[in-house]
Amino acid sequence: MALATALIEAPALATAPMSYWRTVGWRLARDRATLIAGGVLAVIVLSAVLAPWLAPYDPAAGSIRLRLAPVGAPGHVLGTDEQGRDMLSRLLWGGRMTLVAGLTPVLVAFVLGTALGVMAGYVGGLTNMLIMRTMDIFYAFPAVLLAIAISGALGPGLPNTLISLSIVFVPRVVRVAESATVQVKGLEYIAAARASGAGVRAIVRHHLLANVLGPILVSSSTQFSLAIILAAGLSFLGLGVTPPAAEWGLMLNTLRQSIYVNALVPALPGLAIFVTSMAFNLLSDGLRDAMEIRG
Amino acid sequence: MRAPLLEARGLRKHFPLRGGVLQRTRAWVRAVDDVSFEVALGETLGIVGESGCGKSTLARLLLRLIEPDAGVVRFDGEDVLAASPSRMKRLRRDMQLVFQDPYASLNPRLTIEDTVAFSLLVHGTPRAEAEERARALLGRVGLDPRLHGRRYAHELSGGQRQRVNIARALVLDPKLLVLDEPVSALDKSVQAQVLNLLRDLKAERALTYVLISHDLNVIEYVSDRVLVMYLGEVVETGTAEALSQSPKHPYTQALFASAPSMDPDRRMDRLPITGDPPNAIDPPSGCRFRTRCPFVMPRCAEMTPPRVPVSATHEVACYLYEAEPAPVA
Repeated sequence: MALATALIEAPALATAPMSYWRTVGWRLARDRATLIAGGVLAVIVLSAVLAPWLAPYDPAAGSIRLRLAPVGAPGHVLGTDEQGRDMLSRLLWGGRMTLVAGLTPVLVAFVLGTALGVMAGYVGGLTNMLIMRTMDIFYAFPAVLLAIAISGALGPGLPNTLISLSIVFVPRVVRVAESATVQVKGLEYIAAARASGAGVRAIVRHHLLANVLGPILVSSSTQFSLAIILAAGLSFLGLGVTPPAAEWGLMLNTLRQSIYVNALVPALPGLAIFVTSMAFNLLSDGLRDAMEIRG
Repeated sequence: MRAPLLEARGLRKHFPLRGGVLQRTRAWVRAVDDVSFEVALGETLGIVGESGCGKSTLARLLLRLIEPDAGVVRFDGEDVLAASPSRMKRLRRDMQLVFQDPYASLNPRLTIEDTVAFSLLVHGTPRAEAEERARALLGRVGLDPRLHGRRYAHELSGGQRQRVNIARALVLDPKLLVLDEPVSALDKSVQAQVLNLLRDLKAERALTYVLISHDLNVIEYVSDRVLVMYLGEVVETGTAEALSQSPKHPYTQALFASAPSMDPDRRMDRLPITGDPPNAIDPPSGCRFRTRCPFVMPRCAEMTPPRVPVSATHEVACYLYEAEPAPVA
């Protein structure tokens, strides 16, 4: 009993409160779905990074005699594709491409979109109108159509895929950043900072950014899964990564004719895309819950 | 009379109301219209009026957080509206604002200590010294710097937040504090604590207050002089005593009559005014109070009544008091 009382009182005695980010970490550590999603994602990212050492075969080297080996074939755990290339090696190497093509545009969009959105929101007036109406033009097209149009104009290849996907995602981030900025700008603590004589730079750095980055981060993280699907989609259409490089969307395209010969092997890259984008979605959901400020 | 610390002359702020596809200005909200007053050094001026009468806009105009359309603000004899950005930054140390909403006025991502220290850092105080002074001031306004200093705003109660607000305003050692409804969001018991704290701080630091409130009891409790606003205009000014003893303007009379009082001798015996104030977008011509005034005369609609003195310290903008000693030229 005495021990129980001591245990209950102990946290109350600890007067030092947790910092904001420690609180977020503490909440994340208690959220099982987010932890599992994070774990799955860590495995995927690690295996992509370590592909050169993990892959049992050269992802580009095939053998005509070993075409379309089923899952579990001796020597090829996940079978082989239509050119006899080892599926496990290609999935590992393909993950590299897909992750780079999916993550880079979102990161670029996060940085550029935050800068543009905060500027539009804080300065307002004509600047706001110019930036936001330009973004509206891009926003008017469906994401897939816009990505295909830009990639089609620029031509295939990884750099062009990154450029076209960045253009797709920047307006989405700008919108969130602008509305978050406008909302925070009207709050009294910004007026208080102005009343204290602080300049625009100090206000944006210490008062504005800290309060808008959270929502922007969360909304950007929900875009990761879409970016991965779009990157795979562009490759599937032949507008993204060019063969013989391995990329999940591209693999899905080349294997689709074999679906009646061996249904399981062509499904593997699709499964990889599904699991990765799902993990990103669950992680961003968890992040949103953990970053909420509770009074 | 000594030179006033703060002087406002003919302050005006109209906000455009935009609408339609082209965002054309459809109408103007006349938030503050031709407001003039003076605040002497060491004085507390109370500004009272219904919600929406332009009190908060006036507070922001005085501190140049928004630019007026017309008028002059003088602080210590200096034209605030003409000050250069660097001069303005220096002036801001001397005139600070305490906000109404204890929730929106504190940055949720800064600790209490950082919130208070920020103003000092802006003005180039070294971090260690700024934090030391912030902690000392938090202690002065009744918070334990060791217990609360590293906490975030959402972990404090409304009263505690308002103490932080006061500490932030005082940390730059201002001469003038504009208090925009400093206690209206607080419980009655906490209101009294905060008002007493403000009174003590004023004596301690030789402060001058402009206190804005809709609560007559609060205004009477702390003010030396009172200014009554109606729809963006000043209708009456005078010492707190003169106003509560013999309010002149029908609106002031109605305000005092409708304020709940603990004193049985002052219980209302007259019907207070009814209805809502007219819209500030399209205020009535002439005297803006005429639509609700029990003594309305034809001439009230023609022109805005000028402010006329009824005693040395008491002015009222109403035609009822104008006729008396009109000197014939």
